[in-house]
Amino acid sequence: MLSSKHFFLLPALLTLVAIILFPLLFTVRVSFSSWDVFQSGLDFIGGRNYVRVFEDDRFWQSLQRLSLLSIISVSLQYTLGFALALAVWKQVRGGRLLRVLFLIPMMTTPVVMSVIWRTVFHESLGPVNDILSVFGVGPVPWLSSAMGAFISVLIVEVWQWTPFMFLLLLAGLVSLPKEPYLAAAIDGAGTWRTFWQVTFPLMAPITIGALIIRLIEASKIMDTVYVLTSGGPGTATETSSYYIYIRGLRDFQIGYSAALSLVYLVIMVISLTIIAKLLLRMLVGRDE
Amino acid sequence: MNKFYHTLKTIFLLGWSIFVVFPFLWALSTSFKDANAITSGATYIPWVDFEPSTQGWTSLFTTGSRGINIIGPFIDSAAVTLIASLVSLILGTLAAYGLSRFEYRLGFVKNADITFFFISQRIMPPIVLAIPFFLMLKELGALDTIFGLVLVYVALLLPIAVWVMTDFFAGIPKELDEMAMTDGCTPIGAFFRVILPNSVPGLVVAGMFCLIFGWNDFFFAFTLTFTETQLLPVSIVSLNSSVTPWWSLSAFALISVAPLALVAVVVERYMSRGTMSGAIR
Repeated sequence: MLSSKHFFLLPALLTLVAIILFPLLFTVRVSFSSWDVFQSGLDFIGGRNYVRVFEDDRFWQSLQRLSLLSIISVSLQYTLGFALALAVWKQVRGGRLLRVLFLIPMMTTPVVMSVIWRTVFHESLGPVNDILSVFGVGPVPWLSSAMGAFISVLIVEVWQWTPFMFLLLLAGLVSLPKEPYLAAAIDGAGTWRTFWQVTFPLMAPITIGALIIRLIEASKIMDTVYVLTSGGPGTATETSSYYIYIRGLRDFQIGYSAALSLVYLVIMVISLTIIAKLLLRMLVGRDE
Repeated sequence: MNKFYHTLKTIFLLGWSIFVVFPFLWALSTSFKDANAITSGATYIPWVDFEPSTQGWTSLFTTGSRGINIIGPFIDSAAVTLIASLVSLILGTLAAYGLSRFEYRLGFVKNADITFFFISQRIMPPIVLAIPFFLMLKELGALDTIFGLVLVYVALLLPIAVWVMTDFFAGIPKELDEMAMTDGCTPIGAFFRVILPNSVPGLVVAGMFCLIFGWNDFFFAFTLTFTETQLLPVSIVSLNSSVTPWWSLSAFALISVAPLALVAVVVERYMSRGTMSGAIR
């Protein structure tokens, strides 16, 4: 007979196992098949797809690009989000309004906003180049040059997700204890020293959590890229997810894309674990 | 704080505010333009820079070949998001409560491992699941249906609900359950009569995160639906790749992001009360 404790856990657990675990195992099986446009079905070709993954330069380049994009964008989001949270933490005029305003971008649909951003960055009809031309700059080929496209994606990511950092860090700041600040004030510590010696260490756990969550989400980026640049020009902004999408659902190389996606998943899990460990050691120091 | 810091702060807040509102204002302005106002280069202020026209907005509610239907996708989006969020919230809350109050054991697997299993699903890149989901829904005959998407979205949102609610329940003292049970409640009764009514803040936060991630998802809707079921993000992307004019695109975009922008107001309320800090960590 089912006891009451199972009443609580089982529905969710079984649902997740059914919807996630079986598909995942199925992907593992598919990755050992040659399933594509010409041959649909589960044959067995051993590890040939995996050998191909390791020789696929385009995949490894997309992974490098993704790492670069994630690390730069998450660092910017963290720095800006922290600065914004500190700026509205203590009473400021119109504080409530600013907080609501600062949260709005993370509530908006990334692809929908990307459609707008595309018009914003439009080379001849968009406002960015129009405003820049007042200062005698440009016209900047935002979406049609490799560098421009990369920076555009970065700007959109920072716009979209800095609010998330802001939310977590402000929630953390609001719940900080008062005593250490009194002690610092008695010691006569200035704003700058108080931040580095009191606020920053107290915020370390939240910092780690926020960075990890954002890195996880950033490592999946593809919506924005798909709409904004379609991975281009060339492959200049092609991220791993997007490349796997092209191979799997556009070229219909089901078997190969399954192998790609599993290699990608394993790399993500390993590197995020390493990053989490490093962050813990750096920020909490002696505890680890 | 001295004058220098204060000025610096004001400039920073002002600059960031402009950056945040800019795309919205640009879209708002563009939605009232006509072909002339767009092809002559960037224009900003209606009546000054260009003669406003309402065709961007009216086109969304016109049916027929010249119209773009936003009502259908809006209803589909709302249905999928609301149903999936509700199901995830119910299942997730039950599981989170169970994990915070009872001990489970399945071989070497314990509570902490089960919690981790739930939360770690967020690491899974959508692309890994895209193909099996496609084949699975095809088997079920659920491709291109609201039911199929709800199924997939529950998998997407359940980890969020479990994650927020586990933290929330950890903050509710166990004495509360024990008191209810000495009053004669069964564990299930204690949960529904005592714990649930005290969990509204946690439920609101978890529910909002479910709504945000559900409403804003593009990838699964994009790969698993075609014509019968169309969600807002997918329709705007397909409009974007056709010759749809900027004014219609802008109006469409503003309508699709508006409902969740309102959610920001609720989030801010909970954040400043400090209820958020326990819920998100």
